[in-house]
Amino acid sequence: MRNKIVEFRNVSFRYGEEQPWVLKNCSFEIYENEAIAIIGHNGSGKSTIAKLMNGLLFPQEGEIIINNRPVTQDSIWEIRKDVGMVFQNPDNQFVGTTVQDDVAFGMENRGIERDEMVRRINDTLSAVGMQEYRLTEPHKLSGGQKQRVAIASVLAIFPQVLILDEATAMLDPRGRTEIMKTVTNVQEKRNLSLITITHDLQEVVEAERVIVMNAGEVWDEAAPRDIFAKKAELRKIGLDIPFVAALSDELWKAGVPINNEALNHEELLEELWISHSIT
Amino acid sequence: MDITFNHVSYIYQKNTPFAHKAIADLSFYIPSGTFTAVIGHTGSGKSTLIQHLNGLVRPSEGEVTIGKYRLTNDEKPDNMKMLRNLVGVVFQYPEHQLFEETVKKDIAFGPKNFNVPEDEIENRVRDITTEVGLPEELLGRSPFELSGGQMRRVAIAGVLATKPKVLVLDEPTAGLDPRGQHEMMDMFYDMHQRQALTTILVTHSMEDAVKYADNVIILNDGTKYMEGKPEDVLTQREALHNVQLDVPEMVQFINAFSEKFEQKVPFRRQSEAELAREIRQVLKGAGKDE
Repeated sequence: MRNKIVEFRNVSFRYGEEQPWVLKNCSFEIYENEAIAIIGHNGSGKSTIAKLMNGLLFPQEGEIIINNRPVTQDSIWEIRKDVGMVFQNPDNQFVGTTVQDDVAFGMENRGIERDEMVRRINDTLSAVGMQEYRLTEPHKLSGGQKQRVAIASVLAIFPQVLILDEATAMLDPRGRTEIMKTVTNVQEKRNLSLITITHDLQEVVEAERVIVMNAGEVWDEAAPRDIFAKKAELRKIGLDIPFVAALSDELWKAGVPINNEALNHEELLEELWISHSIT
Repeated sequence: MDITFNHVSYIYQKNTPFAHKAIADLSFYIPSGTFTAVIGHTGSGKSTLIQHLNGLVRPSEGEVTIGKYRLTNDEKPDNMKMLRNLVGVVFQYPEHQLFEETVKKDIAFGPKNFNVPEDEIENRVRDITTEVGLPEELLGRSPFELSGGQMRRVAIAGVLATKPKVLVLDEPTAGLDPRGQHEMMDMFYDMHQRQALTTILVTHSMEDAVKYADNVIILNDGTKYMEGKPEDVLTQREALHNVQLDVPEMVQFINAFSEKFEQKVPFRRQSEAELAREIRQVLKGAGKDE
């Protein structure tokens, strides 16, 4: 049994007393080394969840526990060592004048010794494939490269949880693939829990488990396959379904006897192959 | 309005050690009333191309014409303002450019600058507000109190309020959720058709290019790499891979299917429902043979 790393217990949040509730009585758990995707339309509360996880915001009701520690004003500095975040805009998260300065920044704030810092800079930059850019000025990097450096800066703190808050939304398709490869690679090697907040269906399909948010509530929580089986309902709450799921649905409607559970091209082709062999 | 690029090059910081050619010998023709998608990876010259369309920059070499307006290195139209009135550009993340006290003032800013009479502005603001899907009660609010999606709509309404004949869209749906993306693209397409606009969409989305564009232009390293109908260009896997682009997902699937079942299914921008029926036909046919 995996250890619980994040727990939301009946969490409700709003920005002010007159304001509507952004999150309503949300409860869920995330485990060690798990890859989770959180999806939902804009305004469904996804990003608020991320901000609550490292104490950028605090809930009015309920409790959030990270690594056995409740998130409070007193614990946020400890919590932020455990929870690293990468945001959407690659241009808003640079402080250093070179790539390695930038990775060093977070460690300096935590008083890590120089030798250890140098070691971690090398380790994390090579983990994201950016080691040869150590002395490059950040503005000379592409969007995807910037996000990889941002990930390295976060990894240098050795977090238990890495949150990507729409971190690929501003990148071109190649930049996206680059980031997802990097992240999957690091996640496997470092025993990280990965939380991807995204609209990108490919990123969702690759997660172990998906949390679907709608109007501030946890609408569903299941494996991608089970989530995308609820096609009509997902569309109703403003979400897309992957091409393969949409085509499976149409095939089924057209009278092709398939299981209608495929998540990728290979699986769907295989289902079609079987269906055509038995007819 | 017809648009032509005639051997256009653009050099940033010309005559300095930092000189950089963003566009090189680029030529194409966009007929009036068509919808063109411009695709290319980051740094391929898309943004520089856009900036030529309303005279934000002029070509270092070659010639750009937009309707009767002509732009060259040493020549610009007498009435640049008129050109900018005719070419509406929705830049990336246009909501970053909002600045007025109220939504209404922000939308009215463009037409006011182009000396549109007050009562006409009133009418336009009201019409466009509905058209972009903003509730009318937001008009008196500060644009900065709105949600991201609403702010985007206000910014777009501001561009549309000048009644452009050419609409240039630079990744207009980036950062929106899927429903917001569909709604916004459908809105642009609807407007494109009803007002017979000449529309140029810069996008990373092969799916949008397939769905809306009459023609696509693929840029690479500041030059035209490919040009043609989406079904002809966006099916060329090898050629697209060479410039770090991928074919649309449906094309990928059709290719794999055709290979596995040894029967060619053509890509002709069909819907998923149509494709499903074609697959059923293939499966039936294959069944009979055995």
